[in-house]
Amino acid sequence: MVQLLEKGSASKMETSSIVYDTQKLNLWYGNHHALKNIDLQIKENEVTAIIGPSGCGKSTYIKTLNRMVELVPTVKTSGEILYRERNIFDANYGVEELRTKVGMVFQKPNPFPKSIYDNIAYGPRIHGIRNKKVLDEIVEKSLRGAAIWDEVKDRLTTNAYSLSGGQQQRICIARCLAIEPDVILMDEPTSALDPISTLKVEELIQELKEDYSIIIVTHNMQQAARISDKTAFFLNGEVVEFDATDVIFSTPEDKRTEDYISGRFG
Amino acid sequence: MRYVNHEAVVKKMNKRLIVNRIFKTIFFAATLFALLVLGVLFYRIISQGVGYLTPEFFQNFGSRIPEKAGIKAALIGSIWLMCVVAPVSIILGVGTAIYLEEYATKNKLNDFIRMNISNLAGVPSVVFGLLGLTIFVRALALGNSVLAAGFTMSLLILPVIIVGAQEAIRAVPQDVREASYGMGATKWQTIINIVLPSAIPGILTGAILALSRAVGETAPLVVIGIPVIVHFLPDNLLSQFTALPMQIYDWAKRPQEAFQYVSSAGILVLMIFLLIMNSIAIFIRNKFQKRY
Repeated sequence: MVQLLEKGSASKMETSSIVYDTQKLNLWYGNHHALKNIDLQIKENEVTAIIGPSGCGKSTYIKTLNRMVELVPTVKTSGEILYRERNIFDANYGVEELRTKVGMVFQKPNPFPKSIYDNIAYGPRIHGIRNKKVLDEIVEKSLRGAAIWDEVKDRLTTNAYSLSGGQQQRICIARCLAIEPDVILMDEPTSALDPISTLKVEELIQELKEDYSIIIVTHNMQQAARISDKTAFFLNGEVVEFDATDVIFSTPEDKRTEDYISGRFG
Repeated sequence: MRYVNHEAVVKKMNKRLIVNRIFKTIFFAATLFALLVLGVLFYRIISQGVGYLTPEFFQNFGSRIPEKAGIKAALIGSIWLMCVVAPVSIILGVGTAIYLEEYATKNKLNDFIRMNISNLAGVPSVVFGLLGLTIFVRALALGNSVLAAGFTMSLLILPVIIVGAQEAIRAVPQDVREASYGMGATKWQTIINIVLPSAIPGILTGAILALSRAVGETAPLVVIGIPVIVHFLPDNLLSQFTALPMQIYDWAKRPQEAFQYVSSAGILVLMIFLLIMNSIAIFIRNKFQKRY
């Protein structure tokens, strides 16, 4: 509670502004109504966890935040998502611009079949950075940021596929850091990893929140409790409850939230 | 209550193993048959043709006298033909495949196009010959030139290249595309940096097979009226020319027995030509595969 009060203190309130403001978001896959009237406000430099049973729309929601969901051709949306006070669905808001500010880490580690160096340098390169020295610095900084520099610094030219699953996932996080995003979206980033790699990624998330706003979808409620500041509980495409993580896991308001976190369903 | 009677299983085991062995023998025999036919073919062609494979054979034009007949015009003509077919068919084919796989939305019209490209691959080559005769030779007045024949052959192998390239592009996992889009890459940046490098080995395999078909294809050349006896080399894309399969076909149908041997020598040249093409392609393919 003390921690919570500190967060709520006046000085912090002024600096922690809203990154994402979702207003009356609805989303359909063809005829399937996947997200219903979502209202969520996500704050800067916090870890926001999204939990809920399979098919509740949590992955769909996080993929909507950088419009990756539009890769599915039948998707239709209504409502608004304001990212830094600009509606991301605006016709003149290019997805490329949005995704440069909002990085994403996926469920399954998905490095490119290239060297570790080229994986990290990919983002800066597509955004026009050609200078070798600058790229070198970005690669080192990003790999250090993802806490994997010491493990790979001597073999930057080897193929990223030769790394273990946990290392690959941290490479993917480093690759995401290399574009110096504002927000990092993580879609179940540890679901394909073993417990030790999971722990490393969780520690990393704790460090990253100093500089980034992180939104993480997770199946694992203990993980949400361990690493997040705020938790949103999704059920059947609706936000059932959204509050400080401590509140959600100790005194949830909604009966369904309580049932879910106590393992009665899901 | 047990459903599996282990004693009965052991009793029947011998019979099952024998059946297993019989089928193995049948399949082996099928393989052997194909190899045998190929072996006989090779033996006949080499034994008949190798005597005619002299330096003069490559330096002479066609002739009525078997000993003086050479393959120069046809060999150079085929190389010219490939210089048109390879870029035209690969650029058009890969471009179409990229459009259909990466850009085109999934709707009925595009499904219809996709289906019909596969169907086009099954159209007999003589039909493409007629198409080439109508469009390139007559309507565009290119005559029976290298360019007209090259365009016709390109059309012929285009469906094969498109289908092969589509499969290679589809085999690139969706999650690496998503990774690229997720960092703000445009579609084109994703295609050129992520999709094509992974797909190129597969695209090349399809393209090589298709080009090999174009080198050996005769019917379209006959239909668009490519001459067989040519005593000059093409010097530009609108020159007349002849090609290896035309020359071989012409020699094989002549009455003198000696021309059968000349024809065999021509087939040897054609096969070496194909081998070289395939080797180049395999080399390129391996080079790309090492990088990724």
